[in-house]
Amino acid sequence: MKSRASRRAVNWIMTGLCGLGLVLALIPLVSVLWLVVSRGLAGLSFDFFTALPAPVGEAGGGVGNAILGTLYIVGIAALIGVPVGVGAGVYLAERGGGRAGDAVRFTAEVLSGVPSIIVGIVAYGLVVVPMRRFSALAGGVALAVLMVPTLARSTEELVRLVPGALREASLALGVPVWRTSLRIVLRTALGGILTAVLLAVARAAGETAPLLFTALNNQYWNWRADEPTASLTVQIFNYAVSPYQDWHDKAWSAALLLLLLVGALSLMARLLARNRFRVRR
Amino acid sequence: MNDVARQRNSSKIVVRNLNAWFGKTHALRGVSLEVPENTVLAIIGPSGCGKSTFVRCINRMHELVPGAKQTGHVLVDGQDLHGRGVDPVDLRRRVGMVFQRANPFPTMSIFDNAVAGLRLNGIGGNLAELAERSLRQAALWDEVKDRLHHSALSLSGGQQQRLCIARALAIGPEVLLMDEPASALDPIATAKIEELIRELREALTIVIVTHNMQQAARVSDATAFFYMGELVEHGATEQIFTNPREPRTEDYVTGKFG
Repeated sequence: MKSRASRRAVNWIMTGLCGLGLVLALIPLVSVLWLVVSRGLAGLSFDFFTALPAPVGEAGGGVGNAILGTLYIVGIAALIGVPVGVGAGVYLAERGGGRAGDAVRFTAEVLSGVPSIIVGIVAYGLVVVPMRRFSALAGGVALAVLMVPTLARSTEELVRLVPGALREASLALGVPVWRTSLRIVLRTALGGILTAVLLAVARAAGETAPLLFTALNNQYWNWRADEPTASLTVQIFNYAVSPYQDWHDKAWSAALLLLLLVGALSLMARLLARNRFRVRR
Repeated sequence: MNDVARQRNSSKIVVRNLNAWFGKTHALRGVSLEVPENTVLAIIGPSGCGKSTFVRCINRMHELVPGAKQTGHVLVDGQDLHGRGVDPVDLRRRVGMVFQRANPFPTMSIFDNAVAGLRLNGIGGNLAELAERSLRQAALWDEVKDRLHHSALSLSGGQQQRLCIARALAIGPEVLLMDEPASALDPIATAKIEELIRELREALTIVIVTHNMQQAARVSDATAFFYMGELVEHGATEQIFTNPREPRTEDYVTGKFG
């Protein structure tokens, strides 16, 4: 039997190692945050949020159209991707026992491992080529394809977490199976599913590669789904690879903005997850 | 008049030669019994003897389990449950069920749980009134009337179980199946449920599965002893506990096995 002192020593060492791991994990996170904030904060002004990009050499200008474009493209992606992803997840959990379910599950797994740039090429082939133009719609389709597999799998997991006793309780009240799925099972899992949706949207908002040859970019305001559309990520990319210092600074500011946007979505997801089982008064 | 129609007057539930399987497991073997209206039938027997399967055949919940199968007849009010034109969904509105573990809907308030069956089935009416009536019937009203819109999960285990009983009662069933409704509760909550069962008998026909033989003796008019999927003995509760005909029943009720 080990002595009390040696056990205590091991305890201290192990706790210390855990703390060290935490610090190591935090270093890249904090340094990225610090770098983006320190370089980007100066460029944030009212104009930056609302104005169009200025030509090289001209002072001022902003990324208003890119903010709008990101929201627009991600909105289209959510409109397409969320119903498909959540629907597939509910199907997998409720009816996905057989061969068809396995096929869908396998497809989702493979799809979630496909690099996002390849999804971009697929959307290029599916939407851009037939329409003969780059468009917000093409970008939305690409991001939707990225959202579907993760959404389907997480929805499946969340629906499976709903206790079978609740399903039985509803069926025993004479509620038909489909309505039980919808009003009891899905409703109970809804908080978690909303969290998963927000996280998927946040991830999609941070994608650059699939937008490069789908939504392309646009220096002006665009409200049309069939026109090339600016996005924060592509704008950051273009600014960052340019040779101009002014554009580099703008890239940092846009990066900070994107970080805030994604962070806000994740935070909302967290809050939703926390309130999952709280009944409205 | 045929045999089946004549049962209408005497028995609420008639079970004839009921066999049930889970896959290859033969869970019920040729069970036949009757339950008169406004009586309580207690089902006793060791774990795995088919008690739960038996009650789940009466509201056709058994068939929802993958691989489940059954033969024989179950009649409620003289109507064969597997006859043509019998919709299991409609049947379950007439034959309510309370489970071993209280299972209120966690996303709903106490009030919403009480009227869940009405809302989910699109049954109209004065929901506030119906909720109060069923909560009173379940002897829960006085404890929850000031916090009807709190989460159902804020209730204690015994209160949750009575809420589930209220939920089952709200849709106006004629038969109530109770699958070990008090086995997860403390003695005080159990006593409340038992008192409730005695009151509900005035309006309903009740089949209660229980592991607790004192409970069976306290609440039931008739008792059925199941063993290994067979109905060993069925008779008046007093007779089963004081003067059983079958030696296996005697061994079980006197605690020699089980």
